[in-house]
Amino acid sequence: MDAEIQKYIDERVEKRVAEILAQREHAENSRTKRLALVASKGSLDMAYPPLILASTAVSLGWEVGVFFTFYGLDIVNKTKLHKLQVAPIGNPAMPPPISAVPSFQVPNLIGVLPGMTPMATAMMKSWFNRANIPPLQDLIDVTREGGGHLYACTTTMGVMGVNEENLIEGVECRGAAAFLEFAAYADVALFI
Amino acid sequence: MSAAIQTQYDIFLDSKNLLCPMPIIKLSQAIKKIDAGQTILTETTDPGSQYDIAAWSRQTGNELLATEQDGKVFRFLIRKKA
Repeated sequence: MDAEIQKYIDERVEKRVAEILAQREHAENSRTKRLALVASKGSLDMAYPPLILASTAVSLGWEVGVFFTFYGLDIVNKTKLHKLQVAPIGNPAMPPPISAVPSFQVPNLIGVLPGMTPMATAMMKSWFNRANIPPLQDLIDVTREGGGHLYACTTTMGVMGVNEENLIEGVECRGAAAFLEFAAYADVALFI
Repeated sequence: MSAAIQTQYDIFLDSKNLLCPMPIIKLSQAIKKIDAGQTILTETTDPGSQYDIAAWSRQTGNELLATEQDGKVFRFLIRKKA
């Protein structure tokens, strides 16, 4: 008799635990996820990663907040967004200028010469263009239209002398505490 | 499967020759324009899109009904969730 009761209890407990676990898993899967990014760099190559992640996350139905701080603020600066550059100097990963001649590597020190940064920038833009990569502005628009928040670091604005009028439309000016409060509930938080 | 995936869909989305994140962005924009239960057939060439579209489907709840590879082209049939 005792053995039967024990078996009955075990079965009921097992069934109930499985139900509760399934409910939890369902709740976890259907919860809206949140992405919090810090975009701290203002070069052309480093502006893409945060915007690609942000625009993809809104496309997945996630909540998104990107905190643009220090040089990263240039990405949401109206006058600077379209003029972001990439410098060849100090960047050993920079591919050779003529892709057909990969052995022709420009010595890194040549990067100090006037005109090398615009040249590297034009080169990189041509790669993006050839690969059908959209301009940064398009990725910003997708993020905004998907309900993503673009936060401008007010400390950086003060240090760099940037006003709200300099920023692209829809950017919200915030400090570290406000961003941390948003990021505290993030499922993914990255510093770029 | 090849015949089935190409005959049953409501809208077609061409994302060939586009890299991440464009196939996902375009897919999420396109799905807003159809009704629940309707389907999209999308074609891509980015090898990463095989995994990206499966992840998008799991994250958004829109059902990935079928996939196929045809040379360098990947095809996905997706049904909008109710």
